[in-house]
Amino acid sequence: MNKVVGSAKEALTRAGVRDGMTILAGGFGLCGIPENCIAALREMGVKDLIVASNNAGVDDFGLGLLLETRQIRKMISSYVGENAIFERQFLDGELELEIVPQGTLAERFRAAGAGIPAFYTPTGVGTVVAEGKEQREFDGRTYLMERALDGDIAIVKARKGDPAGNLVYRKTARNFNPMIATAANVTIAEVEELVPVGGIEPDQVHTPGIYVQYVFQGVNYEKRIEQRTNRPKGGA
Amino acid sequence: MKNVSSRERIVRRAARELRDGYYVNLGIGMPTLVANHIPPGVNIVLESENGMLGIGPFPYEGEEDPDLINAGKQTITELVGCSYFSSADSFGMIRGGHVDLTIMGGMEVSQEGDLANWMIPGKMVKGPGGGMDLVASAKRVVIIMTHCNKKGEPKVLEKCTLPLTGVRCVDRLITEHAVFDFDRGRMILRELAPDVTVEKLREITDATFSEAPDLAEMAL
Repeated sequence: MNKVVGSAKEALTRAGVRDGMTILAGGFGLCGIPENCIAALREMGVKDLIVASNNAGVDDFGLGLLLETRQIRKMISSYVGENAIFERQFLDGELELEIVPQGTLAERFRAAGAGIPAFYTPTGVGTVVAEGKEQREFDGRTYLMERALDGDIAIVKARKGDPAGNLVYRKTARNFNPMIATAANVTIAEVEELVPVGGIEPDQVHTPGIYVQYVFQGVNYEKRIEQRTNRPKGGA
Repeated sequence: MKNVSSRERIVRRAARELRDGYYVNLGIGMPTLVANHIPPGVNIVLESENGMLGIGPFPYEGEEDPDLINAGKQTITELVGCSYFSSADSFGMIRGGHVDLTIMGGMEVSQEGDLANWMIPGKMVKGPGGGMDLVASAKRVVIIMTHCNKKGEPKVLEKCTLPLTGVRCVDRLITEHAVFDFDRGRMILRELAPDVTVEKLREITDATFSEAPDLAEMAL
């Protein structure tokens, strides 16, 4: 099975990307984000997108690039605090926002990929997150019902991938990518290194190829650091 | 300078909450500094909710790895024996009650142990990140914050005025003046700093609390 395509644009075209679609994007902050797919979405100019991703990038990088061009109609995120463009568009009423607690967001993606339409969680009971949601008591504790969150296209980033779509992530760049890879109709994986089938130790596969429809060798990764923090040389 | 010393005092006191063998999640900002004051002989494992156990110190200049960050998006390093996992697994371990302790910042805490720390209406909505999940499910929730805001107004209140992060979720509150515990909706003063009286504390606290029979001096 060969799922290899030449570029992000080819993958998105073959996936049938169009205006108004729901895109699920992997990454946490700017770590482990599908840089090539974001750039291609910008170049292709699809608009009115609903984008579900833990964060919304920064002004000039990550999903911020799609906010800048007003291609996103609605964001579904847990934290959007690093983005002035986001703030302006949101306060001007141009951009919708659905705030989802981070663990609930991760589980909503996981549930979508695992065929679970809804689940109960204690997170957010008694807060604005609970508004309009069914509540139920189990063993004396109140839980909220949260729905699975699926999408039309998932864009994920992995360290390594093979033509069968098997993926390996690196360190904390794993984050939301594995769940997002399972949660959409079509999943596109961009990888830093495309290896031949057999190039990944089967025991080390994080995302099995069944979830991935297209894989390509990514190019020109910037991998920008959001908060560069250091300890002094010679210090503890 | 007063503010700096208040923060230092809070962070040092918070570090005394750490117990040998704990798995601990430290919130963004002041709580992250608690890691600099781990008591001798206490071994803990720090969890980062983006998907890591075994956080090490910040990297030396030139050794930053963009694939290795904490929940505050800061560059970090790994300790020997660390592990990586997905954010779903991470919140599975949080929601499943496997994280012993979370230490988090606060904007307001109510006398019943409600917490508000994620949003100021009228200003920008940033979002709670993993805060709501952590306060709902960590085995123990310790909130650290300055006792009053920059205008000198109390942040410990009868009822929170800001949107809540969690209801009756706080186990312990540490400020520069005192340590309070929360038990079934009641607030109890456990420790008092040596430079403040109970009377003075009540003046700067808009909440009803009782004094523990074994009220102690706050260890600084």
